[in-house]
Amino acid sequence: MQGAHPTRPWVDWTPQHRDARRAAIDARIRLWTPGAGAAWTLVFLAAWLVLPLVLGGFALKLYVYVGMAAIGAIGLNFLAGNAGQVSLGHPFFIGVGVYCGAALGADMGWPLSLWLPAAAMLGATLGALIGPFALRLKGNYLVMITIALVFVGQHVFNNWSAVSGGVGGRPITPPMSIFGWDLNDARTPILKDQRFAWFVWPLVGLCALVVTNILRSRPGRALQAIRDRDLTAEVLGISLARYKVSAFALSGALAALTGGLYGAYVGFASPTEWNLLLAIQYLAMIVVGGMGSVAGSVIGAAVIVCLPYAVQAGVQSLPGIGQLVSQSPGDGGWLSVFALNQILFGLLIAMFLTFAPRGLAALLNGTLRRGLLTTSRRKQ
Amino acid sequence: MIEFAQTFFAGVAQGTMYALIAVGFVIVYKATGVLNFTTGGLLMAGAYVGHQFASAWKLPFIIALLAGALAAGLVAVLVQRLALARMAGKPAFTLILMTWAVLIVLEQIPPAIWGYDVLPMGDPWGIGVTALGPLSVFTIDVWAIALAALVVLALYLFFRFTRLGIATRAIASDREAAAAQGIRPTTIFALTWFIAGAVAGLAGVFLGGGSRVIGPELSQLALIAIPAVIVGGLDSPAGAVAGGLLIGVAEVLTANYAPVYAPWLGKNVHLVMPYLLLVVILTVRPQGLLGTRNVRRA
Repeated sequence: MQGAHPTRPWVDWTPQHRDARRAAIDARIRLWTPGAGAAWTLVFLAAWLVLPLVLGGFALKLYVYVGMAAIGAIGLNFLAGNAGQVSLGHPFFIGVGVYCGAALGADMGWPLSLWLPAAAMLGATLGALIGPFALRLKGNYLVMITIALVFVGQHVFNNWSAVSGGVGGRPITPPMSIFGWDLNDARTPILKDQRFAWFVWPLVGLCALVVTNILRSRPGRALQAIRDRDLTAEVLGISLARYKVSAFALSGALAALTGGLYGAYVGFASPTEWNLLLAIQYLAMIVVGGMGSVAGSVIGAAVIVCLPYAVQAGVQSLPGIGQLVSQSPGDGGWLSVFALNQILFGLLIAMFLTFAPRGLAALLNGTLRRGLLTTSRRKQ
Repeated sequence: MIEFAQTFFAGVAQGTMYALIAVGFVIVYKATGVLNFTTGGLLMAGAYVGHQFASAWKLPFIIALLAGALAAGLVAVLVQRLALARMAGKPAFTLILMTWAVLIVLEQIPPAIWGYDVLPMGDPWGIGVTALGPLSVFTIDVWAIALAALVVLALYLFFRFTRLGIATRAIASDREAAAAQGIRPTTIFALTWFIAGAVAGLAGVFLGGGSRVIGPELSQLALIAIPAVIVGGLDSPAGAVAGGLLIGVAEVLTANYAPVYAPWLGKNVHLVMPYLLLVVILTVRPQGLLGTRNVRRA
């Protein structure tokens, strides 16, 4: 439809063609394709309401963890998959978010409606400060400097004991009341998990919506142009500085959001957690899920977060493996569960990079409507 | 003054090990275009095999050294063949993540075989000191510097005068033209990875010896090669040596003097000093001290 008369100037279009173009543009800026899209929205709404009531104990905790990781993954996917700026610096921004929660929320007593946005703002500001490095450095060099960011960040966190509690870490108990509804309610153990689940996943939806809208509109196309050929993009008049810095800012904001939520949920954090391994885990999420795809970020987050527990369950249930793997030191197994986790994690990444470089979102694309799962069109 | 010279010497010794790792890194990068993050795993392979030969089987240390280097080199070739051969035209991000995935797997294998406890390397020098003029330095440091110099010289001669070395330089310079001359890229890739693995293994044996022990965390040391390589220049082996020495000296000097003269920098700032240097170099001179400037043309 769109390619009916691609080269004719618009003044020569027939009325039918003009109407067809308008319809195509309207369809593009609509939030979802009608029919299937509306059905999916209802499904998600129902899932959001029902899952925290239905899932028990540990599965509910995982559900919350996946939600928090998904926000960070969406941010990283936006930066690396859509804007083409590969960054291993995500743990730094997550740490920033955690310690904002600790300092502004727990220590200074700011309410949730203040400290969480403040954490996101700080993440955005710091991201915007890192952004200019991306203007001078490309590819490998950008990766190196983001690695440096993680190490410098850890050093700062380690030494700023007032906020981070030094290497030993600190408890984090910021106020978590929204509209008078306290998320930290500890009347029953499951209540906190449920309330966090009801709070976190709409945030995931909000972030997904924001990023999807950006991607469907002019800035999104500008970013993808920058990703594919930034010199050409610049020649076309796209301001590299503005878009790259903005991409880093948004990614930093989302990572800080993840950190703030994570710190508040777990209640404890130590600076040693914000290390390169976390960065690789987030990269794994977007590689497994599908680079450039918002839904892929969520899927990837689910896979990577649940992987250790699936491995644990597999080790316990499959008889042969139990002898190979020791679950506690001195158990007699050859590998520890942690080692098995790591090996499978590495193999997973390697498998996806080799055989499914466009991730699960692209694999599932064949079975679900395109409107929901679109990956970056760039060939890997 | 004496103390400063001794500290400096220790820094140089540390730096030569980083230089070895960095040289391997650069060789692989020049020939294949891949940033070899698996160096940490290769380091561990060399160190643990060296330990097995020297400490467990009590063989002469030179044999342990060669065994460690050989083992690490073979692991490197295996990695290249299995994981990276099919990644040939992929974007940089994919390659980096692939090597990192391999590293994650490699890191777990030595502790699985040898256990998670720290182990001694079993080198014959231990914490012995020798007198070097007025200075009193670790014996192992002297040997480390000597060995590193020997290896760098050997590599230089290899790349300059042997057929395979020249073939490697041809591949690094222009892969298609070299292939047109009958040089097989696959052979060269395997060779460069072997060299990178072997030098990493050598460095691993030395970095685990002396007053140190080897343990599952050994692979972290290889990350220091990254600042060394960037500071020196990603495509310059000489730069890698210079960068490694610079980083080593900076780290040891910072470790010794920062707590005294600049305590506000924080504890353990020597661990982050290489990365600060990295940031400085990338801001001021991204191509490194001895690298070639990457001029972009459309």
